[in-house]
Amino acid sequence: MLNYLVTRLWQSVVTLILASIVVFLGVRQLPGDPALAMAGEEATPERVEAIREQLGLNESLITQYLKFVGNMLRGDFGQSTRTGAQVTDLVAATLPVTLWLSAYAIVVAVVVGVLLGIIAERFRGRWPEWMANALALIGLSVPNFWLGILAILYLAVAFGLFPASGYVPITQDPIQGFYHLTLPAIILGTSLAAVIMRQTRASMIETMKTDFVRTARAKGLSRQRVLVRYGLRNSLIVVVTIIGLQLGGLISGAVVTERIFALPGFGKLTLDAVFTRDYPVIQAVVLLITVGYILINLAVDILYSVINPRIRVGGKS
Amino acid sequence: MTVVEVRNPGLGSARGRVWRSLLKSPLGLTGGIMLAIVVVLGLLAPLIAPYGPAEVHFDAPFQQPGTVGYILGTDDLGRDIFSRMLFGIRVSLQVGIMSVVLAVVVGTPLGLLAGYWRGLDGVISRLTDVTLAFPFLIIAVGLSAISGPSLTNAAIALGIAQIPTMIRVVRGETLRIKETDFVLGAKTMDASGVRIIFSHILPNAVSAIIVQATVIMPVAVIGEALLSFLGLGIQPPTPSLGIMLSDAQQYISRAPTAAIFPGLAIVLICLGFNLFGDALRDALDPTNSSRK
Amino acid sequence: MTLPTADAPAPLLSVRGLEVTFGDNAEPVLHDVSFDIRPGERVAIVGQSGSGKSTIIGSILRLLPGDGHITGGSILLGNDDLATASEQHMRSVRGRRIGLVPQDPASNLNPSMRVGAQIADALAASGHRNGADVEKRVVELMTEAGIPEAKRRAKQYPHEFSGGMRQRVLIAIALSRQPELLIADEPTSALDVTVQRQILNHLQTLVDAHGTSLLFITHDLGVAADRTDRIIVMSEGRIVEVGTPAEILLNPQEDYTKRLVAAAPTAVAAVRVAAGSSTVKTGPILEVSHLVKEFKIRGQRGSILRAVDDVSFSVERGTTTAIVGESGSGKTTVARIILGLESATSGTALVDGEGITASRGQQRRALRRRVQPVFQDPYGSLDPTYSIEKLIDEPLRIFKVGDRRSRQDRVAELLDQVALPRTVAQRRPNELSGGQRQRVAIARALALEPELLICDEAVSALDVLVQEQILTLLADLQSNLGLSYLFITHDLAVVRQIAHNVVVMKSGEVMEEGATDAVFRSPSSGYTRELLSAIPGASLVS
Repeated sequence: MLNYLVTRLWQSVVTLILASIVVFLGVRQLPGDPALAMAGEEATPERVEAIREQLGLNESLITQYLKFVGNMLRGDFGQSTRTGAQVTDLVAATLPVTLWLSAYAIVVAVVVGVLLGIIAERFRGRWPEWMANALALIGLSVPNFWLGILAILYLAVAFGLFPASGYVPITQDPIQGFYHLTLPAIILGTSLAAVIMRQTRASMIETMKTDFVRTARAKGLSRQRVLVRYGLRNSLIVVVTIIGLQLGGLISGAVVTERIFALPGFGKLTLDAVFTRDYPVIQAVVLLITVGYILINLAVDILYSVINPRIRVGGKS
Repeated sequence: MTVVEVRNPGLGSARGRVWRSLLKSPLGLTGGIMLAIVVVLGLLAPLIAPYGPAEVHFDAPFQQPGTVGYILGTDDLGRDIFSRMLFGIRVSLQVGIMSVVLAVVVGTPLGLLAGYWRGLDGVISRLTDVTLAFPFLIIAVGLSAISGPSLTNAAIALGIAQIPTMIRVVRGETLRIKETDFVLGAKTMDASGVRIIFSHILPNAVSAIIVQATVIMPVAVIGEALLSFLGLGIQPPTPSLGIMLSDAQQYISRAPTAAIFPGLAIVLICLGFNLFGDALRDALDPTNSSRK
Repeated sequence: MTLPTADAPAPLLSVRGLEVTFGDNAEPVLHDVSFDIRPGERVAIVGQSGSGKSTIIGSILRLLPGDGHITGGSILLGNDDLATASEQHMRSVRGRRIGLVPQDPASNLNPSMRVGAQIADALAASGHRNGADVEKRVVELMTEAGIPEAKRRAKQYPHEFSGGMRQRVLIAIALSRQPELLIADEPTSALDVTVQRQILNHLQTLVDAHGTSLLFITHDLGVAADRTDRIIVMSEGRIVEVGTPAEILLNPQEDYTKRLVAAAPTAVAAVRVAAGSSTVKTGPILEVSHLVKEFKIRGQRGSILRAVDDVSFSVERGTTTAIVGESGSGKTTVARIILGLESATSGTALVDGEGITASRGQQRRALRRRVQPVFQDPYGSLDPTYSIEKLIDEPLRIFKVGDRRSRQDRVAELLDQVALPRTVAQRRPNELSGGQRQRVAIARALALEPELLICDEAVSALDVLVQEQILTLLADLQSNLGLSYLFITHDLAVVRQIAHNVVVMKSGEVMEEGATDAVFRSPSSGYTRELLSAIPGASLVS
């Protein structure tokens, strides 16, 4: 277990370093001279040169990279070239929205996905399974932003079931906060729920076919009890793995969901920055998402090893 | 006197069995028909479409579906939705195929290397970890910041994002096949690693690669629409289902059908691939075909 | 078919006209199966794979896999007809009245659940809820099943147990509620022969002590003869013959039973050693001397496992030498070193004076041609994407022997040699049976005209009748082609049938070696004696 953790931690550090190098080199590929951009069109060559010096652009690549990492570690992402605001402040203002949205979506997806997966297994070959399968297929095949547009049109605007847009911080007003996030979270969670449902179903069916389930039933345990005690536990492992794998898709989905529901989150910050070529913000966004992804995956792997005894207790075989 | 045990009596080749099993599955057949329709529409778009994809008719904006001359109606600029949809499907398939090709071409050799030579496994695993850390949207953001949004950049972003899973699939297959006795047998004849990979491992991994390609395709099609919707993908005047949705969102309450049809087209493509892919996976799964 | 006679006690279980079908309109896989088990009686069902013996268990417990269902007949347990009982009722039968010891200890325990909890599960099904009581009972049951330190081990996971210990856990589960009938489904076929004997002895003691009836399912006529009062022989879903072990083994009535008895290597070993063929050259083809192979144990720095420890032996030209040993004896590592798949830590394995691992380039390739392997699993050793023709001529292509035409001719010739019709050339492995596949594997190994075949458990995966055919083929090939064999096996009966010389290995060391007859008649090492006495069925024949 300890060996595993140390290895896993070390791998994450290597990945983090490699990812930061990719971002650093990527930023240098951006068109336009940052010094020129900062100095403005009419600056004298001397002024530009002074800014180059000040930004450290004349130093060696390695020195620049180390400075870059140093700044990031201190949380210094520079200033937005568009608004002049500190990038750190922009991030602090928008990140909670996205985190709440994503967490809510994951919860919705896990609950719906696992439930449908169980239903599909329990009613194999009968109509509830067909329904659950069809729902999952549709969830996989429907672009969630299109679903979002339709949901706003028919649920929010036509029937007024949910607010079509707007955001209330959950820390300020939990009820209104969750209410405003509910529709976006459902929309964002759709495809994740579909994947979870399919995998849960497959893992349950696989488990129920195993020899040890037959042995358990030969003990006199009921099918339901076996399903809960044996099937569910294994599918939990599956669900945790999927969340780790689908995180990238979830982040992409969050950006577009925020756009549709006009949520002032990280996605909006990203898109605004891209269309105004606000490079410091783009750099910060890319780096933070990457680091966040790696850390969350590390957490998922640790969680995985906790619920899987074959990793937790070092095996002889 | 000899005991004859015959397996699968009267059945032909393995390939024939897969096709028969695919055609027997109603869902797989449905998916196949959907795909056939979509591919024909996409390929023949220039022939079928009554108008050019960017052709505006200022005299006929917001036509209802069913209007003579505009089967599915028109948008705010009087562009024929049906024509734009056909060209949009064409672009979707184009981006989808490009990203599948990228994922297969890069992912397969890396997966084979990682699975076959332990020494390379660690290096390739770190590379896939790094790639996974960049969601496709972030890669697209980066690429469009560097060289502007375009069809190629969208396909590259979507393809790169799928490389890690392709590597994982091929690596897993390689690890499994590498341990079989027939590979061991080839080794006792001094067959080179390259020979073993090309004559034994790759042919046995092909079906898993094909199944994975059918998984990537719908993800890439939705991804393209999403990027184009956000303005990070296809750029007008090239038509794209995502752009149509983004345009339609502006006047959604006035002409909801302008948003519904392109969305349905995406669903048709993805449902086709998902249904077909599921049936293909079942057909290729050896535990399904020969029951004791 | 034995029907209950007037003076016999009422049967505990009475199966009448049982018919089972998979799918809707398929042929039944069980036809008109009828038998009785009386209280305290031990009955064996013997059959090869596909005979339907496992389907009988599935029917009695009503746990048939997939879409299998009972389409006719009755299964009376006392007055209950289990064939038509409700699921609710079956739950009170399973575990309480009928216990099951399943086949494969590796797959029958939930890998993510503590062993103790899995035994407690069986108790909980009967309504035992008191935590301390259950825990005490679990430890009791484990101790009874022969698991030392039961209290500590109950908290461990299955992967921390050896195969034999896992099987003991499964026995503890099956007996936890003192059922009237215990069904043992090939309970030890996955285990080494000495472990198998210990466990079967233990199981028998427990069953006798509790007066439990036993239904014993096995493919091994010897095990059945040793352990039961009555044997039911099955083939293709039908009962072929029923009788006492002595009747079945010594005086079989039906043709099928006769063939089964004749082929049963464990019971009546017909010696089939090829007479030393007349080859021009004499002297050893293979000489292994002071071979050592050490593996580093992962995770534990500095600790080393000696898988092969100073092993020496030789194979004379035109003869068969068998290496016999249980799992972990190092026999497979020896084979891998000779094949050049593994390098030795020290010592040499010389084929006609040359070593594969030491040689390079042309010399190595030339040596490879002279030594070819035949592996255990005929399903895994043939690439499923290849046609039979391509499989057999792959070695020729790798070594660039002949042209297209001559290779085609050679394939036809090889198919003749292994007695397969030439028409199979265009087929694929999955269209052939296990025995046919193993013939293809042998043809492939012969393609380069090798002098030495390394057969690694080459017949272990086959049913006994097919096994006999393959052994006969190998013996014929030896006398026709002057081949030498190194036979790696765990099965002493196979050794006796085919080998001129035998090497007995344990934990990497050679325990004993010599001419097969001599070793079998007067074994010098204690371990060999233990192995010999563990052969099932031996008691009945001698």
